[in-house]
Amino acid sequence: MTTVSRREFVTVLAATGGGLLLGYRVAGAQRAALAATASPSPSFAPNAFIRIGPDGGITLIMPQVEMGQGVYTSMSMLLAEEFEVAPGQIRLEHAPPDDKLYANPFFGEQMTGASSSVRAFYEPLRRAGATARAMLVAAAAASWNVDPASCRARKGVVTHTSSGRTLTYGALAAKAAALPVPDKVALKDPKHFTLIGTPAKRLDTPSKVNGTAQYGIDVRLPGMLIATVAASPVLGGKVAGVDDQKAKAVPGVRQVVRLDDAVAVVADHMWAAKQGLAALAIRWEDGPNAKLSTADVVQGLANASETAGVTARKDGDPVSALAGAAKKVEAVYESPFLAHVTMEPMNCTVHVRKDGCEVWTCSQVLSRAQATAAEVTGFPREKVVVHNHVLGGGFGRRLEVDYVTQAVRIAKQVDAPVKVVWAREEDVQHDVYRPYYYDRIAAGLDPSGRPVAWTHRIVGPAIVARYTPHFFKDGRDIDAVNGAKQLVYDIPAIQIEHVRHEEPVLNTGFWRGVGVTHNNFVIESFIDELAAAATQDPVAFRRAMLGKSPRALAVLDLATKEARWGKPLPRGRGHGVAFLYSDWDSYLAQVAEVEVTGSGDVRVHRIVCAVDCGQIVNPEIVKAQIESGVVYGISAALWGEVTLKDGRVEQSNFHNYRVLRMNEAPPIEVHLVRNGEAPGGIGEPGTAVTAAALSNAIYAATGKRLRKLPLQPGLAIAAR
Amino acid sequence: MVSLNVNGTVHQLDVPSDMPVLWVLRDVLGMTGTKFGCGMALCGACTVQLDGQAIRSCVTPVSAAAGKVITTIEAIGNTPAGKKVQAAWIALDVPQCGYCQSGQIMSASALLASHAHPTDADIDAAMAGNICRCGTYGRIRTAIKRAAQDAPIGGKGATR
Repeated sequence: MTTVSRREFVTVLAATGGGLLLGYRVAGAQRAALAATASPSPSFAPNAFIRIGPDGGITLIMPQVEMGQGVYTSMSMLLAEEFEVAPGQIRLEHAPPDDKLYANPFFGEQMTGASSSVRAFYEPLRRAGATARAMLVAAAAASWNVDPASCRARKGVVTHTSSGRTLTYGALAAKAAALPVPDKVALKDPKHFTLIGTPAKRLDTPSKVNGTAQYGIDVRLPGMLIATVAASPVLGGKVAGVDDQKAKAVPGVRQVVRLDDAVAVVADHMWAAKQGLAALAIRWEDGPNAKLSTADVVQGLANASETAGVTARKDGDPVSALAGAAKKVEAVYESPFLAHVTMEPMNCTVHVRKDGCEVWTCSQVLSRAQATAAEVTGFPREKVVVHNHVLGGGFGRRLEVDYVTQAVRIAKQVDAPVKVVWAREEDVQHDVYRPYYYDRIAAGLDPSGRPVAWTHRIVGPAIVARYTPHFFKDGRDIDAVNGAKQLVYDIPAIQIEHVRHEEPVLNTGFWRGVGVTHNNFVIESFIDELAAAATQDPVAFRRAMLGKSPRALAVLDLATKEARWGKPLPRGRGHGVAFLYSDWDSYLAQVAEVEVTGSGDVRVHRIVCAVDCGQIVNPEIVKAQIESGVVYGISAALWGEVTLKDGRVEQSNFHNYRVLRMNEAPPIEVHLVRNGEAPGGIGEPGTAVTAAALSNAIYAATGKRLRKLPLQPGLAIAAR
Repeated sequence: MVSLNVNGTVHQLDVPSDMPVLWVLRDVLGMTGTKFGCGMALCGACTVQLDGQAIRSCVTPVSAAAGKVITTIEAIGNTPAGKKVQAAWIALDVPQCGYCQSGQIMSASALLASHAHPTDADIDAAMAGNICRCGTYGRIRTAIKRAAQDAPIGGKGATR
C-alpha cells in the first residue's frame, strides 16, 4: 500500500466543485514542496472513492480511518470486489475532511466508530465500485463498437470475451470520464464474490513492520518545533501563575505558552520540552472539583439510582411479575472510569499562518478536527487543511478532538509549525474516560427457576447528548442502553431504564463498546446469578431462554462445544460463559477458562469465542478484531480503573494503569459462523463480552460473585 | 558533541549527553520508526538494539551508546533474525494499529538472534516488556515460532 498525499484528488474537486474545495487547492499549492506527489488531474474519478490517474494508477480513497481494525483492507475489498481490481493494483489514500463526500451513512458525518464501518459502507462502496466498472466497460464496448454485455472486467482489464481484445482501465479512463454516471448498476450476487469473504492480506502490514507507516506523531516539517503540555490536573481548574525562568534556561527550549487551563513548553525537541515542562513552576487554581474523590461520584450515582429513569423498553408488566415471582434476585453492579491508553499518545501538529491553518493529526472524526481548528483560529473551514494519518490506536479516544483544539490554541501563539505531544502521564490523566456506571438489576423466577420478570436500571451520563445531540431525543441515549435494550432472552416482563446522571468531575466519552461493554458485564453476570439461584447450569439456563433466537443459540452451542463446557477442570479453575447481542447486530458467545491462585491472582488460561457477524468481508480480520477486543477486555476487566483523589486522577502510566502483557495473554480461539445475513460490527464485541465471561469463570472457580469492576482487586478483598 | 552509530552510519551530534536515544532518533535524526509510548521503559514501543541487545531507548541516554552500534527498525531487516521476523510478521498479518510493532520486532529479533529456537517461556521473558493495546500477542507468539522454524539463525539458544 502506498499512502499518498490527497493533493491531486483535491485539485480535481476544486476544479469541478465549489468554493469549499477551492481552499484545499490553494493550501495544497502553498505546501507543494511538502506534497508527496503532485500530478495533473486524474483521468477518471466517477465518485469520491475511486480515481484513475493519467498514469493509469488506481487510487482508492478511504472514507473510514485505519486504527488497527483493518478497515483500509476491508473497505478496499468492498470497492475492489465490484470494481474488479486486484489488491496489488491499488494504492490507498486518506480521505480529506469532508462530511458531504465521506460521511458515515450511519451518523451523517465523517466518523469511524461504533463498529460501523463495514455495516455502513457494505453497500455504498460496492455500488461505487460497480458504477466505476460499468463506465469503464461501457467505454471499452464503445471503443470496439460491441455490446457492453459481451465484455467483462477482471483485474483492471476489460476483455471482449468473444474476440479476446483487451483494454486496461488506465487506457479507458479518459474515455470513461466523458460518459454519464449510471443511476443504477447491478451488484454481484454474493455467491459470485471472489474477494469478499476471503482472508485477503492486510494492505497496511508491510509499512507497519519496517517503520515506514506514518502516524500523526511522526509528522516532520521544515522549521517544526515540538511542544509538550500540562493541563490543569483538576477538571475545570485554571492556571493562576507560571514561573518559567528555569524552564527557559533549559537548552533547546524556545517558548513557554500559557493557556487559561494549560501551559506548554515549545522546544527544538521533545527532550528539551519535557525537561522544560518539569522545570516550570505552575500555580493552579483548582476550581470546584478540587476536593472530589471517586467515592463522591459513586454516592451521586447511587442516589440517582433511587429515582426512575427514561424507559428504553417495556414488555408486559414487570412490577407485577416481579412482585408475584416465586423468587426474587436483586443486585447492584458498578463499572469504573476507564482510560483508553492508545499506544500512540495524543498528539497534533499545527501551523497557524496569516492566511490559514494546517493540521496534521490522527483522528476518528476528521471533519470535527477541521471544525475545531476553524473555530479556534477564526478562519473559515476552507482555510483549514487537515491531514490524517494512520492511528496508533483509537478505541474511541480519537472520537474526541480536545487534543486538536488544545494544539491549535498553542500554535496560535507560535510562529512556526508546532507538534504538540502529550507525555503518557498527560494522556492517562486527561483522557475522555469511559463513564462510571451504576446499575440496579432485578429478576423474578417462577417455581421452576425460569425468569418471569427482568428490570434493569442503568445510571450514568448521556454521552450521546453531548456528542451527537441531534440523536438525543426525548431523553433517550441509545448508547447507554445498547446491549441492554436488545435483551434476547425470552422473558415475558422486561423493563430497561436509563437514569441520566452527569458527574462533571472528568470528561467522559466513548470507550470501545461503551454502553454495551458495561451492560453486558451486568446482564451476563446477573444471568449467571439467576442460574445459580435456580440451581441450573449457566449454559442450560441460557439455552432455555434462547429458543426464539436460532443465531444466538448457534453461537452459544458452538462456543461451549469448542471449549468443552462441562469438562472437569483442576481445582482453582473455572469456566465462565457470556453471550452478547446489541445494536452492532453481531452474535457472540464466549467461554473463558480462568484460574484463581491461592493468593487470589487471576490467570486467564483460554478464551473461546463463537461469532456470527453475518456476511464476513475478511475472516482473518474478523478473527484479529475479536482477539484484539478480548485482550482489551481482559485488561479492563481484571485491572482497569481510573480513580480520583482531590479531583486528580491517581493513575499516570503503565505501572499503575495495568494492561495485559504477552506473558499473561491466553490463547484465544475464534470460531466463525458463516451465513448470508447482513454484516454485523466486530470491532467492539470482543471487548464487550469478556468481562462477564471472566467474572462468571471466577465464580465457577471460587464461588465468589463479583459485582464491581475491575475484578482483581475485588477478588483480593474477597479472598481475605 | 556526541558520536552516535545508528545502523552503521556515524553521526556527530550537538545534543546533551543525557538526552535519551529515542528523542535523538526521532527529533534530531528524523528516524520516526522508533516510537514513543511511555517514557519510563514500561511499554517497549521505543525498543532498539544496542550491540544486538534490546534496550528501551526512552531511558537510555545517548552517552550510554558511545562506542556502540544502535540498530533500529529501519535497518533490522538487514540482519538475518530481523529479516525472518519481518517476513513472519507479514505472513501472519500480525500488526493492527501497528504502533507498538517496531518495538515488538526489535525485541523479537534480539530474542531470535540469541535463542534460535525459543520456548514459550523464552518468548514470555523477552516480550513481556512490549505492550500491545490491540492485543496481537497470540500472533506475535506464533510469528516468533514461525520465524524460528525458518532455517537456522545460530546463537547460543540453538542447543537449549
